[in-house]
Amino acid sequence: MEELGLLMQGFAVALEPQNMLLMLVGVVLGVLIGVLPGLGGANGIAILLPLTFAMPPVSAIIMLSCIYWGALFGGAITSILFNIPGEPWSVATTFDGYPMAQQGRAAEALTAAFTSSFVGAFVAIVMITFVAPVIAGFALRFGPPEFFAVMFLSFASFVGMSRGPALKTLMAMMLGFLLAAVGMDTVTGQLRMTFGSTEMIRGFDFLVAVIGLFGISEILCSIEDGLRFKGQRAKIDLKVVLRVWKTLPRHWFLAARSALIGCWMGITPAGATPASFMSYGVARRMAKDPSSFGKGRIEGVIAPETAAHAAGTSALLPMLTLGVPGSPTAAVLLGGLIMWGLQPGPMLFVEQKEFVWGLIASMYLGNIAGLIVVLVAVPWFAAILRVPFSIIAALILVVCAIGAFTVSNAEFDITLMLVFGVVGYVLKKLDYPLAPLVLALVLGDRTEEAFRQSLLISQGSLGVFFSNWLVSTIMALGIALLLWPALSWARGLLAGGVLRRPRPA
Amino acid sequence: MTLHGSSRRTLLLGLGGGALASVLATPALAQRAWEPTRPVQFIVPAGTGGGADQMARVIQGIVAKHGLMKQPMVVVNKAGGAGAEGFLEAKGARGNPHMVVITLSNLFTTPLATGVPFTWQDLTPVAMLALDEFILWVNAESPWKTVADFTVAARTERLKLGGTGSKQEDQIIGVALAKAMGGNLTYVPFRGGGEVSVQLVGKHIDATVNNPIEAVTHWRSGALRPLCVFDSQRLAGTEKMTETAAWSDIPTARESGLDVEYLMLRGIFMAPGVKPEQVAFYEGLMARVRETPEWRELMQQGAFNTTSMTGEAFRAWLTKEESRHRTLMQEAGFLA
Repeated sequence: MEELGLLMQGFAVALEPQNMLLMLVGVVLGVLIGVLPGLGGANGIAILLPLTFAMPPVSAIIMLSCIYWGALFGGAITSILFNIPGEPWSVATTFDGYPMAQQGRAAEALTAAFTSSFVGAFVAIVMITFVAPVIAGFALRFGPPEFFAVMFLSFASFVGMSRGPALKTLMAMMLGFLLAAVGMDTVTGQLRMTFGSTEMIRGFDFLVAVIGLFGISEILCSIEDGLRFKGQRAKIDLKVVLRVWKTLPRHWFLAARSALIGCWMGITPAGATPASFMSYGVARRMAKDPSSFGKGRIEGVIAPETAAHAAGTSALLPMLTLGVPGSPTAAVLLGGLIMWGLQPGPMLFVEQKEFVWGLIASMYLGNIAGLIVVLVAVPWFAAILRVPFSIIAALILVVCAIGAFTVSNAEFDITLMLVFGVVGYVLKKLDYPLAPLVLALVLGDRTEEAFRQSLLISQGSLGVFFSNWLVSTIMALGIALLLWPALSWARGLLAGGVLRRPRPA
Repeated sequence: MTLHGSSRRTLLLGLGGGALASVLATPALAQRAWEPTRPVQFIVPAGTGGGADQMARVIQGIVAKHGLMKQPMVVVNKAGGAGAEGFLEAKGARGNPHMVVITLSNLFTTPLATGVPFTWQDLTPVAMLALDEFILWVNAESPWKTVADFTVAARTERLKLGGTGSKQEDQIIGVALAKAMGGNLTYVPFRGGGEVSVQLVGKHIDATVNNPIEAVTHWRSGALRPLCVFDSQRLAGTEKMTETAAWSDIPTARESGLDVEYLMLRGIFMAPGVKPEQVAFYEGLMARVRETPEWRELMQQGAFNTTSMTGEAFRAWLTKEESRHRTLMQEAGFLA
């Protein structure tokens, strides 16, 4: 129970008036950062980091981690309202969140998203508080083969996701892999498919592609449909929050499973983005009527949001205990730690108790502050949809352009975003699913890398993916999920055959 | 918009901090002929969280905290193509005095390995800030206590050496090391130094050549063991880092019978075609950064080689180092 005592001391530090104020400022800034696509938590924290060098380390990390929480919450807002993921891990939230907004249930989707974010993060914080050292050791078991197995599992749990024809799904996914391969190849140190262009050296950033494929193409579609948002006449007031809350306890199992997936992916450290996809995929797979997903199911919002935030929060754990950032934002925070004279890694928990527990206490308080801020603002966010389309569309375009530019400060990315917008529009018209493309684009690179690292280690033997219980279990799980559609199809065929037999025409 | 707003805030803070550090800054201010008139872009040709990025952010923090410059410094990561993106941007910004680049060894290795058209001569050298050391690390639970043990093992079995990137400094050292030992090392590339050292702690690889700062915390927690440092002399730090050992207790590669030496440049460059007084401003700025306690703290934590150079000496060093990299990479078969 030493932890509890230390945590209480941490709360005492975090509850100092000055730190409370910083917390609030951090959350509000974070929400703004999260809303702007492309700016993102990592960039936001990087920009604001120098501000904090004059503060004591505890205050600084409290403010920065609150920006992080705010950004985590904020990412869901544009995904739901405009189909534009503010953060990579919000992509899966658009699948059901945006249809809900179109049906006039924006406030409901937002409330569900924020609440599940909070639940996910909270579960992860409790875990960090009590089992940090044990869990941190688990992360050490993850070498390249284990990492590949996790990625394989993400893909496997996502197969059969989209309603499109199998061939189109496959083609979209291959296109995603192709785009992911452009740029520097980490394993050989060679440039691939850049065709001598200096702009292509960077490769295709996932966010630029997603802003174009989802956001810009959606605007193009809306223009075609008659210059207005669907669902703009939704009734919006604060009561909707309470109404949604009444229905949420029903989904406790879904939330628990998603939080578990999230914590696991955050620690490994695979990060929040695969966690959100995997959780969505599993939720859809386990549902009684998978076909209703993607048409505005509240479960389709709860699953990815819970997992993303559990992962985002637990990603701080490997950073603190091992010095390995579980997310880009954590990487920037890592730089901050060093500037404040703290060496992240196994010794931090031993030598800097006050700092570590102040941070953990601020996680609790920052999350609560964040939840209150965003929930109060739900009606305002939802009211954005009442602004005439001709005004808001122009604003969205500007925000998207800024977002695409900010990702790597490159003007070329704005052009690229527009090209992706047109590509997205064409693919939608031809009924190609976008989700597999995005999944392959975001995870393709790391998956390929892990695969080739594993083979380097094993000298080309595929046996490395079944060389110990951990990697074998994950791979077996992945293969089972991969074969599931085939199995259930076969079962359906059998059952169909049985049914048909009694009544031959 | 957001960038602008926060820049202004940084500026205000910088001025506030300036009062504290006015003793340090005022005399220099009076003599200075040229000063930045816009925010200065600080390009990092590597990803967030790596050694170059950390150093850039520490410099940015020091400049803001001590008010060393009226304009704010904005760190921008341009990691694409093993840093080629950042270097090409600086190369293309001829005459722009509001841009500085921090370099690592990829200044030499990236153009040689990928054929992307740039060399250090396309940029304006400002100052060498420090040299980063490389140490041969193994897991503390491994049976290898000395370089000799490790050499014997490398001759009889195939060992896995993890490192950052491909055809970059870690792999160059790996090739030289294998050659010197007459043994086998399979190089496994990862994305960043922190990831590499954790892979070693988890025993997924057998050894690394991490920089001190990337592995120090695992050394102190007793998970890793240093075998030798790839420098001509031992490290300077005599303070005990673990119960028994200080940085200076680690033998050099040469002492252990291996003729391998490698140091990595941490230096500052500007765009080509800038005026001498503009170069002089940044030279002075970096000199003052190096005097701050925060900088000394970083140097000590990371066991850096604190050699510093400017002007002609720096140019001569760069010329020599470039041809050395060409030879090393040719021997390893890494040239594009």
